[in-house]
Amino acid sequence: MSRLDINKTYKLYIGGKFPRTESGRYYTINNSSGNLIANMCLASRKDFRNAVVIARKAQNSWANATALNKGQILYRIAEILEGRKEQFILELITQGEARKVAQKEVETAIDRLVYYAGWSDKYQQLFSAVNPVSSSHFNFSNLEPVGVVSIIAPEEQSLLGLVSVIAPAIVGGNTVVVLASESKPLTSISFAEVLNSSDVPGGVVNILTGNKAELVSHMASHMDVNAIVYCGKDENELKEISELASNNVKRTIFYKKSNWENKLCESPYFIEKTQEVKTTWHPTEI
Amino acid sequence: MAKKNNNIFKASWTYDEAPESTDHIQIKKQYELYIDGEFTKPVKNNYFDTINPSNGKKIASIAEASSEDVDKAVKAARKAFKGWAALTGKERGKYIFRIARLIQERAREFAVIESLDGGKPIRESRDIDIPLAANHFFYYAGWADKLEYAFPNRNPKPLGVVGQIIPWNFPLLMAAWKLAPALATGNTVVLKPAETTSLTALKLAEIIHESGIPKGVVNIVTGAGETGASIVNNPDVNKIAFTGSTGVGKYIQKATAGTNKKLTLELGGKGANIIFEDAAIDQAVEGIVNAIFFNQGHVCCAGSRLFVQESVADLVIEKLKRRMETLIVGDPLDKNTDIGAINSKKQLQTIENYIKIGINEGGEIYQPTCEFPKQGNWCAPTLFLNVSQSHRIVQEEIFGPVLAVQTFRTIDEVIEKANNTPYGLSAGVWTEKGSKIFHLTQKLNAGVVWGNTFNKFDATSPFGGYKESGFGREGGLHGLKPYVKFE
Repeated sequence: MSRLDINKTYKLYIGGKFPRTESGRYYTINNSSGNLIANMCLASRKDFRNAVVIARKAQNSWANATALNKGQILYRIAEILEGRKEQFILELITQGEARKVAQKEVETAIDRLVYYAGWSDKYQQLFSAVNPVSSSHFNFSNLEPVGVVSIIAPEEQSLLGLVSVIAPAIVGGNTVVVLASESKPLTSISFAEVLNSSDVPGGVVNILTGNKAELVSHMASHMDVNAIVYCGKDENELKEISELASNNVKRTIFYKKSNWENKLCESPYFIEKTQEVKTTWHPTEI
Repeated sequence: MAKKNNNIFKASWTYDEAPESTDHIQIKKQYELYIDGEFTKPVKNNYFDTINPSNGKKIASIAEASSEDVDKAVKAARKAFKGWAALTGKERGKYIFRIARLIQERAREFAVIESLDGGKPIRESRDIDIPLAANHFFYYAGWADKLEYAFPNRNPKPLGVVGQIIPWNFPLLMAAWKLAPALATGNTVVLKPAETTSLTALKLAEIIHESGIPKGVVNIVTGAGETGASIVNNPDVNKIAFTGSTGVGKYIQKATAGTNKKLTLELGGKGANIIFEDAAIDQAVEGIVNAIFFNQGHVCCAGSRLFVQESVADLVIEKLKRRMETLIVGDPLDKNTDIGAINSKKQLQTIENYIKIGINEGGEIYQPTCEFPKQGNWCAPTLFLNVSQSHRIVQEEIFGPVLAVQTFRTIDEVIEKANNTPYGLSAGVWTEKGSKIFHLTQKLNAGVVWGNTFNKFDATSPFGGYKESGFGREGGLHGLKPYVKFE
């Protein structure tokens, strides 16, 4: 008798744990010939709210981790991902990519993490300023994370896209709640396993799988979320997000590009988008 | 104005009146819109009065721009955009430098009109508003031909037509904050000043006209909320820059949803001013006064929540009360005046309403004795003691000279209390211990943190809020970014 495969149950990733969805619901992922690939959690509004509470709790200490430490952790993610490269290539193939394309995507994702790891202790120097004010004060401006960021990850390039939006947000000290690609979610929970073994503190990155149409309004309207990143081109969703974001003057960041391999998709300006500028004054007269 | 000598201070220290002269000021009876390089009558021929808040008298008639007028202004700005953006940065900069110089040359005139129209003390308009406005034009003029250094490795391009809506608390200064970076980066502008304080913006229009800047690059339309809404909703505007209340800011964010308009918002605040037991107390008391009573408290970043460490609370409050007795409330044009007129009847009602709320909620009110002129809008500097986090006067922006005082024991406690509002614009920290300053400035959620000082501004220094105090920065290098796009 041949050996029976152990099918993996895909779950959510919240607060460094892998809970099932509160909703008790799931959705199915099929390959191009219509065969079942996996059942995925259909995250609910409650799951999202739980994730925000945990992301808020984790934010302060993550922001206060040293730049060196954050960089090391991002590099560590890249290391672990490299070690599991083959698994991710296979998952992308299962989701319908050609091997060559899948390999390129995983390698670019690894390189992108290394890229942002290197920025962790540099972007501050690039975007900060000492301001030559005309009064007798010492005055400087530096960057601080906006706080908790909700992210609707790109539908295509489900691994590279996910990495490309998470890395610049967390390297800048934000914590994130991400909704993974709805049609290609396999790699997102596998990536959560990578994060979980990479010294990323629990709660810094939270990954949900589920239905975009169902969750997008909650991700845009939550009053304890400081910014929302939306990847996609759906004009109705863009409008809805902008309107709901006005409830608490949430920052909105829209990426309409679809090819995340492009060199323009890695830049310190991506880090800057989820940062605030703080200006500090002190008199210099005795 | 007669001052009642009913306490020791005032009995021994009174000042003669020292009014600034208004002889050299020219104010027309009626002001038109400035569109496409011409002073133009409004299509619907409607005008409204601008009132001197210190005596209730009408100063001039101001044109009210309808949506047709706004359309005309946007069209003029669109037409001018191509040429203005194509001009070399060096040439663009020269026009802006010229505007800066012209403001300086007419500084006294501007200062007097600013105080007449807005009610702020002449000392402040003369020493702060007008010089700072000129400095903003000087500062951004110099950026016009250096933009490739501002954004390394990017290729900045102007956005197009920018709609700018500014508030009544710093009329000329806000116009400068908005216009200078927009022009330096190659945008053209339709600017709307607040309806109660349009005069210096219209004077600025005269200067801009005089500078010879190409027609249509700057358009100034006057009016109230509806005029502003016409700018926000005009489909040919590429960006909205708004300074004003959080309520209106949220409305604008919603109204621009689903359009490609870029947006920056400078909104309200409820700044925390924190006094530690090891602060230089006398300086801190001066700081408290400056934080809340500067410009009658009509300051979005005013330090309207005072946190005093319990061990020095009695001393600080006693000294603060004593200092408040010496504040002179009255004629904005008197050089001795510390607190001028409340900008409008409506705003005075808002403040008085909040004072009532504070009393009804059980706050202990303290106001020094002051005698006001018979006419005009006046409000005494006001303290509320015995208030807590849940009081409305602690949570909501009042925009007047009303300070809510709370005490604290530990650093962690005061950080939590200070951050406990939806706003995040400003904060102040008073201590002689450097490490404590830096600890606090890191922990406070605010776009501007003043250590051992308060309410300082500079053209080179970014200003703007966290959370519901808005997004984007004005001033400094960071003030350029909201006016460019990258390819």
